[in-house]
Amino acid sequence: MSDNKKITLTIDGKTIQAESGQSIMNACDAQGIYIPRLCDSTGLVPQGSCRVCSVKVNGRVVAACTQPAEDGANIEHESDEIQGYRKDLVRMLFHEGNHLCPICEASGRCELQAMAYRFGISQATTYPYLQPVRPVDASHPDIALDNNRCILCGRCIRASRDVDGKNVFEYVGRGIHKRIGVNGDCLADTNADLNDYAMSLEVCPVGCIIRKGEGFFSPVGERQYDSDKIGSNIENHTAHSSLGKLIKVHQIDPNDAIHDDIDQSNVNEDKS
Amino acid sequence: MKTKKARILEIEPLTRVEGHGKVTVHLDENNKVTEARLHIVEFRGFERFIQGRLLWEVPVIVQRLCGICPVSHHLAAAKAMDMIVGVDQLTPTAEKMRRLMHYGQVMQSNVLHFFHLCSPDLLFGFSAPAKKRNIFSIIKEFPDLAKKGVLMRKFGQEVILHTAGKKIHGNSAIPGGINKNLSIAERDSLLKDIDQMLEWSQEAVDISKNYTLEHLGLVEAFGNFKSNHMSLVREDGALDLYDGGLRAIDASGNLIFDHMDYRNFDQFIMEEVKPWSYMKFPFIKSRGNLDGWYRVGPLARMNTISFIDTPLANARHAEFREFSKHKPANMTLAYHWARMIEVLHCVEKIKELLLDPDLQGSDLKLTGERREEGIAVIEAPRGSLFHHYKVNENDQVTYCNLIVSTTHNNTAMNLAVTDVAKKYISGQSRITEAMLNHIEVAVRAYDPCLSCATHALGQMPLVVELFDADNNLIDTGSQFVNKSPIQTT
Repeated sequence: MSDNKKITLTIDGKTIQAESGQSIMNACDAQGIYIPRLCDSTGLVPQGSCRVCSVKVNGRVVAACTQPAEDGANIEHESDEIQGYRKDLVRMLFHEGNHLCPICEASGRCELQAMAYRFGISQATTYPYLQPVRPVDASHPDIALDNNRCILCGRCIRASRDVDGKNVFEYVGRGIHKRIGVNGDCLADTNADLNDYAMSLEVCPVGCIIRKGEGFFSPVGERQYDSDKIGSNIENHTAHSSLGKLIKVHQIDPNDAIHDDIDQSNVNEDKS
Repeated sequence: MKTKKARILEIEPLTRVEGHGKVTVHLDENNKVTEARLHIVEFRGFERFIQGRLLWEVPVIVQRLCGICPVSHHLAAAKAMDMIVGVDQLTPTAEKMRRLMHYGQVMQSNVLHFFHLCSPDLLFGFSAPAKKRNIFSIIKEFPDLAKKGVLMRKFGQEVILHTAGKKIHGNSAIPGGINKNLSIAERDSLLKDIDQMLEWSQEAVDISKNYTLEHLGLVEAFGNFKSNHMSLVREDGALDLYDGGLRAIDASGNLIFDHMDYRNFDQFIMEEVKPWSYMKFPFIKSRGNLDGWYRVGPLARMNTISFIDTPLANARHAEFREFSKHKPANMTLAYHWARMIEVLHCVEKIKELLLDPDLQGSDLKLTGERREEGIAVIEAPRGSLFHHYKVNENDQVTYCNLIVSTTHNNTAMNLAVTDVAKKYISGQSRITEAMLNHIEVAVRAYDPCLSCATHALGQMPLVVELFDADNNLIDTGSQFVNKSPIQTT
């Protein structure tokens, strides 16, 4: 990675400047162009799993959060085709879990709900609802997990491992049976703590990780996305100063094979 | 062709009530009504699927029982959860915000019922053609009345918006308090219309009172039967829709119990199950299931309370008591008058609260010593609403029992439909839609919430099915599909 080398990209016909080594998403963020995302979160290693950030680069669909920006790349971002893929991915998430916004305490700050509103998804689609029945793990005195609402973004896994230095969460199972498991029989068996970054409202984009007794504290109208659509902080240049400023990275093993192909420039160091 | 078989008439669906239900009228071989039953054909299952959910979710989940008076469920659940989180007395701001929300709710629900649902019966007559007997005819022929109904309901909904966060299904009542106060701007937006609402509320009391007095013969003959009555009352006996002790009186006005702590309700209220209905039949334990049934709601409240603590409504309550000769009023149609007195009371209370600076306070929530069980009663628009929960050490609900107002009125509604069926259908050789509407009028007077929030507005086809004694369908009639009225002979 060569530091600070300026490169030029074209996104939906618009030419932008970026720094070599930046991901497409970071390059766009810096220019006030919001690429939708769910599994990516400021301060966490990107993993490119939700694919909501899909863009087409030189004719190939890639995840903008993990794809390095290349000089001269021609990026298709808001074409009907790409937006269609993104909408379908978001729609399918609603069908895979039990996302009952009317009774969910994450409503109003939920990134999945906000993404659906941004995409104009307001009614059921023709996909079947899988209606999973997964038990709520309320064993921990301060935290509960409702896996029926999980979208498998893995942000909690990365936050616990890379920021908190714990390994409270991990993926278990394969394919349609894949879900988030905890490092023990139940959450109470783990070393999870309410003050962990993994348990903060910034990490879980939906209502899966629940901070006990705090539900519905925010009145309707004052919740994160009640008045601002998701991504507006990036599209609004005045909010840029808050971007990429969140947390310290606890530990990332550079020799870890999982991370070999990840652009480390996306991991934000503690700037406070 | 004459037959000599017993039959059952079904009125399904009932129109201009909340939710889905049907009435069956049982006829013997001489076309005499032997019995009429109100069936609630929905099964919601909230008491089961709330189990396992977390306690602070409960006020938000259970309010989805209904879209007409969700605030009642929201607040009853929140009160029960207050008990579980160990808060017996809320902060002044929290309690007053909740009360304001509740008064807005009772006002809008009662207005909806009177102006939108039952006014076609009262203004056009129970036997008016079905095509005329609906809200659209009211808008056409009584535009001023219809407009006031719409704007009064809108005002009540605005009160809910500013206190609950949304007009329908807000989220502000949380265990131990509330999540918002009332801003000055919100307060002022409501205050600008309050005097107009006071004026219109008094007019509404006049309309309902005059209807009762001008149709005294009908009112006294229509679903008039003796019953016990029950409601919450304040410590001094005043009307209190949000909290208090339970008072029950018999048909003569004698106290059965007074100022009972609702947290011990299972010691004086029991529920009976009957095989033909999903709804249980509650009764006062000391009186037994045959004599212990009672009525709740506006009529019961006007009978049980000693007075109303707002001057205009109190004067109207005194008129009502004068009319009933200071004895309990047992006429089903008197519910409408009682309901409008409560609207006036709510508007007076809303004004009183809007002028109270406590609503701008910032002390919103308390915590206390955790309990395992929570029981709450609130006076919903339709009557006493009981919520009972148990919660485990992980904050998950393990038990839930909801006794809603319509359930309390179950026996009374069944008696009312039987009474009306016997008067208007028994022995008739030809049964018309208009006759059957009399039965619906009797049900409608109780403003039952069949918990679906579907409003038919008179346009849902009323289908009557005629079965012989062997349960074979022999005829069907509906005024919307141009079928002839049913011939019973």
